[in-house]
Amino acid sequence: MTINIKRGEELVSYEIEEKNLTLLQVLTQIKTEVDSSLSFSSGCRSSVCGSCAMRVNGREVLACAYKPSEGDLIEPLRNVPVLRDLVVDMDKAYGFNKIAKAWGLPTSKSISVSPQDAKQNELQSDCILCGSCYSACPVYSVNSEFIGPFALTRSWKYVSDLRQSDISSTIAAVQTSGIYDCTLCGECVPVCPQGIAPKQDIVMLKNKSGVLGYMDPSFASSFGGGLTF
Amino acid sequence: MIDVLVVGAGGAGLVAALSAKERGASVRVLTKTYPTRSQTCMAQGGINAALSNSGEDSIKSHYENTLKSAHGIADEKMIEKLCNEGVEAVKWLDSIGVPFSRNEDGSIAQRRLGGASAARACYAQDYTGLKILHTLYDQCNANEIEMLSDRFLLELIVNEGTVGGAVVLNLKTGEVENHEAKSVILATGGYSRIYGNNSTNAVGTTGDGIAVALRAGAKLSDMEFVQFHPTALKNSSILISESARGEGGYLLNKDKERFTNELAPRDEVSRAIVDEMAKGGEVYIDIRHLGEEFIDHQLPQERKLAKLYENVDPAFELIPIKPVAHYTMGGIEVDAESQTSIKGLFAAGECANHKVHGANRLGGNSLLELIVFGREAGTNAANLAIENMESPTNGYAGRDLKKCILELQDPACKIDFYTKRDELCEQFYENVGIKRNHKMLTEALGYLERLRDDLPLMGVRDTNLIYNTELVEFLEFKNMTEIANAVVLGAIKREESRGAHYRDDNPNENQEFQTNTIYYKNGDELCVTLMK
Repeated sequence: MTINIKRGEELVSYEIEEKNLTLLQVLTQIKTEVDSSLSFSSGCRSSVCGSCAMRVNGREVLACAYKPSEGDLIEPLRNVPVLRDLVVDMDKAYGFNKIAKAWGLPTSKSISVSPQDAKQNELQSDCILCGSCYSACPVYSVNSEFIGPFALTRSWKYVSDLRQSDISSTIAAVQTSGIYDCTLCGECVPVCPQGIAPKQDIVMLKNKSGVLGYMDPSFASSFGGGLTF
Repeated sequence: MIDVLVVGAGGAGLVAALSAKERGASVRVLTKTYPTRSQTCMAQGGINAALSNSGEDSIKSHYENTLKSAHGIADEKMIEKLCNEGVEAVKWLDSIGVPFSRNEDGSIAQRRLGGASAARACYAQDYTGLKILHTLYDQCNANEIEMLSDRFLLELIVNEGTVGGAVVLNLKTGEVENHEAKSVILATGGYSRIYGNNSTNAVGTTGDGIAVALRAGAKLSDMEFVQFHPTALKNSSILISESARGEGGYLLNKDKERFTNELAPRDEVSRAIVDEMAKGGEVYIDIRHLGEEFIDHQLPQERKLAKLYENVDPAFELIPIKPVAHYTMGGIEVDAESQTSIKGLFAAGECANHKVHGANRLGGNSLLELIVFGREAGTNAANLAIENMESPTNGYAGRDLKKCILELQDPACKIDFYTKRDELCEQFYENVGIKRNHKMLTEALGYLERLRDDLPLMGVRDTNLIYNTELVEFLEFKNMTEIANAVVLGAIKREESRGAHYRDDNPNENQEFQTNTIYYKNGDELCVTLMK
């Protein structure tokens, strides 16, 4: 079987045995037996650390959970700087978690949370920060400062948490280059290895923002002209 | 200069950073990957605390269970601290937003793990470690803690027995960087990967911080104690969680017959499996009788991973398994303040030995350890740094590390280190694994000596310095050889069986050895003694 790996500007083909291995096992085999300079990131091998996200035939996958097929094209994630071969620099992308103020403010009182309440943000907290949704998001081609799908899902995780008494700073943080910049195209949804739907979470954040008196700026500007005398 | 430098961004590192910051210190965290990608994310079972949310429990029972599992070589005061602070630790995690699973009454749900007298492990589905780690990361963002990724620890800066920072390789640029600090906390994880593919751990669990600390003059302890998990997938060593047996799964031999009590401690079950495998043939875990619906609800990860890696559907087929290295009890020797034998150098998490696990760790205690001793290390490191107004460091006075790295690069190197790494790991699984004896251990020691002679003939073929993962793996391999040497020397010294260390030539506990093993460097020689 032949697979093709994008390495910088070049596309390099590798002949591999068909042994029912995962893509990560295949890459490891190439590195240790054929070409030690092939660079990629990996960690847990069991889809919880988020290190080995990459694209296969244009779609984001975790290499540890994908079995390659004849002719596959393997590429690094998009929207992030490529450091080398399949290794990307996630620093800026990770930084959006901070810009979104996606965290909880510690509370001193112990709050009772029912199993049903806990379900509210259980899925959102399954996120492994692999960057698949970030890579699939088309907004970055027009706005490189977009807070983006995983950081907004993370914001919603805290905003929807019963234990949080004050969510105002998190909501305020996602108003600029945040929830209104999302086009709700849904490209982030099918690529999530954890089955999270960031698009849904962004809709929820928009609703919550509306309830708290924030206004969609595109909506506001369409009325803008008529209000000046 | 910053006050506190933390190396490692797993649970212990991030808790230490938060505690140091809370104390008023300036803090920087370095990690060889990214925060959230460390071994902590793989912890599934839970975090122990005697909350009595799911049945009667007490701190005393937690203490007694932990002490029993430690087989006489734990520090009772440290276990007391661990268990006492457990309740507070879990409440704190709850307050910062860890999404624990819940009981109907709204309290945190708890489950019973092996060796525990009560349902004590607080969990978040099968993602306990992942969710704790990510919540800690979010708190570090909230507290503006500087976290630098892609930094591989090379050496510590030490002048006259006092630490002054760390030297790291920036993987992004290929440059060697000095990070000077008034105190340093190592939170770099364990060393299960000296067993290579015969380990459940992430690929980077190579004991780097322990090896670096040893080279810098710190003492280590109890390195021979390695916990093997009885049920990992045969081909990939992916963990099949203890809950598969807890929920009623059977272990079967090649004749499809049960051969042991599935709920005995991990070390006993692992030995029983090894005995069956020695007779020839496979060993399996059978969960078919639990039913497809139950499996999908309670063990979804296991079903997915068995299908992916073994081509086996556990709902209808037997799962081939083997015991593999899972957790390393040994590590950097620390005192009650989490300080190592080097002044200003602290350690927490799996890389440290706080002597709470002794000869065998209980499930649910390692996540707790990260919180309790991460805090201890962070607070004490901050206090020391704040008291110490003057810069303690004269900079790094050791070898020119950039030059050393360039010297490792050799496209024409004679021996392939990847082949040698596989050999070393196989050697250790065979001879320094679940069952050991003097003959096997001496063979492994001989192998290591030959390997050390061969090291100068190995090198890194890839001469590009930008994100050179071959270089990282070679540096990790060199660390592994140093760790492996300590493990085998300790195992030879300890002529008895205790907890996870089993010698079939000395199958009983021996009072003479009811103490900790201490390791230190004397020049190039590694010395091993028993603590008085």
